[in-house]
Amino acid sequence: MTELSYLEHGHSLKSWLLTTDHKRIAILYFLSITFFFFVGGAAAALIRIDLLTPEPDLMSNEGYNRAFTLHGVIMVWFFLIPSIPNTFGNFLVPLMIGARDLAFPRLNLLSWYIYMLGGLFTLAVLVLGGVDTGWTFYTPLSSMFANGNVILAATAIFVVGFSSILTGLNFIVTVHRLRCPGMTWGRLPLFVWSIYATSLILVLATPVLSITLVLIAAERLFGVGVFNPALGGDPLLYQHLFWFYSHPAVYIMVLPALGVISELVSTAARKPVFGYRFVAGSSIAIAIIGFLVWGHHMFVAGQSMYASAVFSFLSLAVAVPSGIKVYNWTATLYKGHIALDPPFLFAMSFIGLFVVGGMTGLILAMLAVDVHVHDTYFVIAHFHYIMVGGTVSAYFGALHYWWPKMMGRWLPLVWGRLSAIFIFLGFNLTFFPQFILGYLGMPRRYHVYPAEFQTLHVLSSAGASVLGLAYLLPFTYLLYSLRHGEKAPPNPWGATGLEWTVPSPPPQHNFHELPTVDGPPYQYPVEPDTKREGAHG
Amino acid sequence: MADAAPSRQRDTTLMGMYLFLASEIMLFGGLFAVALALRLLHPQEVAAASRRLHYGIGAANTVLLLTSSLAVALAVAAAEMGKVKGTVAGLLAAAGLGLGFLALKAAEYGMEIREQLLPAFTPAEAFDSPAAHLFMDLYLVATALHAVHVTVGVALLAGLAWRVHRRSLALPRAATGVEVVGLYWHLVDVIWVFLYPILYLVR
Ligand code: HEM
Ligand SMILES: [Cu+2]
Repeated sequence: MTELSYLEHGHSLKSWLLTTDHKRIAILYFLSITFFFFVGGAAAALIRIDLLTPEPDLMSNEGYNRAFTLHGVIMVWFFLIPSIPNTFGNFLVPLMIGARDLAFPRLNLLSWYIYMLGGLFTLAVLVLGGVDTGWTFYTPLSSMFANGNVILAATAIFVVGFSSILTGLNFIVTVHRLRCPGMTWGRLPLFVWSIYATSLILVLATPVLSITLVLIAAERLFGVGVFNPALGGDPLLYQHLFWFYSHPAVYIMVLPALGVISELVSTAARKPVFGYRFVAGSSIAIAIIGFLVWGHHMFVAGQSMYASAVFSFLSLAVAVPSGIKVYNWTATLYKGHIALDPPFLFAMSFIGLFVVGGMTGLILAMLAVDVHVHDTYFVIAHFHYIMVGGTVSAYFGALHYWWPKMMGRWLPLVWGRLSAIFIFLGFNLTFFPQFILGYLGMPRRYHVYPAEFQTLHVLSSAGASVLGLAYLLPFTYLLYSLRHGEKAPPNPWGATGLEWTVPSPPPQHNFHELPTVDGPPYQYPVEPDTKREGAHG
Repeated sequence: MADAAPSRQRDTTLMGMYLFLASEIMLFGGLFAVALALRLLHPQEVAAASRRLHYGIGAANTVLLLTSSLAVALAVAAAEMGKVKGTVAGLLAAAGLGLGFLALKAAEYGMEIREQLLPAFTPAEAFDSPAAHLFMDLYLVATALHAVHVTVGVALLAGLAWRVHRRSLALPRAATGVEVVGLYWHLVDVIWVFLYPILYLVR
């Protein structure tokens, strides 16, 4: 019998804008997030062009500040935080646990509308001339001196925070309540574990940012001065509150990616994930320890020396669960029958870049070294290795891996491999020079610099143009595949997991009858539904 | 959720609400952290400023909210037994007490404006010390944010009472809805129970 897929159930705009189907909402997020990815990318392009020469040529100082602020705000809150959870999490969590939808489908749609409202505020900030505080909104700059649209930007982030909270809440309840018979906690796909851990952070950390932004807006509007040293307030208090949210938030950005990689690696190796329990547990460990390390952003801000020492130690500790994951992926690949498909190439590039990002994180977490490289390009390179090299690679890996499932179309593997390689090369060319720049003393957030730094800056800008084109590439052939791609079978990669047991694209209610699970996850090997070019056996 | 039994549905909804409340607690948690910081930075000035608050009104408001929580609890019990009248009465009583809280709070703000205590209505020079000014800033933000929550709560309680009364929510099936709003209301109450001593009493 033929059943209509979720894509065919209604074609009107209304059937999309009022949908409560988690799969359609995932697509709505995908479209809006892609939009913001390119807006944020445009800001990055401006920054890199301006940095080609030591002189300020493209923008005024003010304009430059606004460009990097907008870049940061959009990339963090409107792309990275919602990226994997709200698109792939939305699409996959119900399918992976054998449910027909999330626990609160209407709330899910509401989250998207709230996200869009926050996005509109951000665009308004852009149109009205931007903000110049940096994505960190440090006081007293943001509260007393900045002359941009600080309140509007704070409102945008405040609003989008509610979207995060509601989405996180929805995932947690879904994983607790809607697992199909036999889907015990020990059988959950690792992607679901990582989304669960992320959701805990979303629910518990985001409100702290909300109230902090309220206090900033209150200072600008009514002179409420709790962060204002002139009035007896404490600017360091702002940094504590901000990083209490924002360090956990960096794990919001990377945990879902770690989950994606576990899926991609085991499928590519045709082997169960090595040490399932440790990989699952390390997600939770990261979520918990991640709440205790925020002070490593404030080593030189004047916090007490003893606090710094403790934060330094705890920051080293948070690397342990991350390390566990990397070792387990490697062990999974060991003696696997590896297929060099695009998702696997993205996964490999994730692992390499994540390791560089993590190791440099350890360097930064060492109190004495950080005094030297704090607020330099070294820090910029560190977090871009994790957030862009890592998370964005995982995002594209997920896109290639689940694209046949989501759209029902097969994608051109050669192009997929090429874009994975170009993204990897472009990325390294862009960001590796920044480690050196930072170590040599190039401070972040300046667009005027000593002439001897120019070579490295030019290299970085050249890399950025490769990277930019490489990011565009997948969107062209994926769009092309929508029309001309071959129809995808239910399980094209030969993967385990309930999402591969339903047709591609899945029917509206996912499962005819709710499935029953009677064994552990990742029982590889599984034969793919089609023999394909380039696939190893 | 079409296939879930009603009791499963209830647990699911309640769990969602508990998580929401956890995030609300973190929201106010940020303000509690600020209160702690101010106390540590300026112990004497803050204690002096706290002494000027009308703790009697605060106490009366605490009584109002605690009583209203009791009324909500009774409404939930009545809803589970399918008693429309009892439910409506409990909800309306709670909403009324909530309105009473807001009225007292407004009166208190009024007094504070006249006594030149409330920031935004008072010139900075009028405060005893800069730290006292900061403390009153915090007082205003925290109580105003709480009052916003009370207002939302009153609207929810009244709306629910209306729908139960009109039978557009059939009891006891809709008891979960009453329970969820009740949980929210208890949280508003609990936050006040912490705000009150932190702002008015700790010296
Ligand atoms: C092994 C775990 C990690 C450690 C030990 C670590 C350590 C650090 C340290 C010490 C800093 C502060 C450097 C300074 O400002 O002088 C820092 C900055 C940063 N890290 Fe990490 N990090 C880790 C993982 C991550 C992850 C997973 C992400 C993102 C997904 C991330 C994103 C960032 C960001 C955004 C900043 C800079 C924030 C800013 O000042 O604008 N880090 N990291
Ligand atoms: Cu951090």
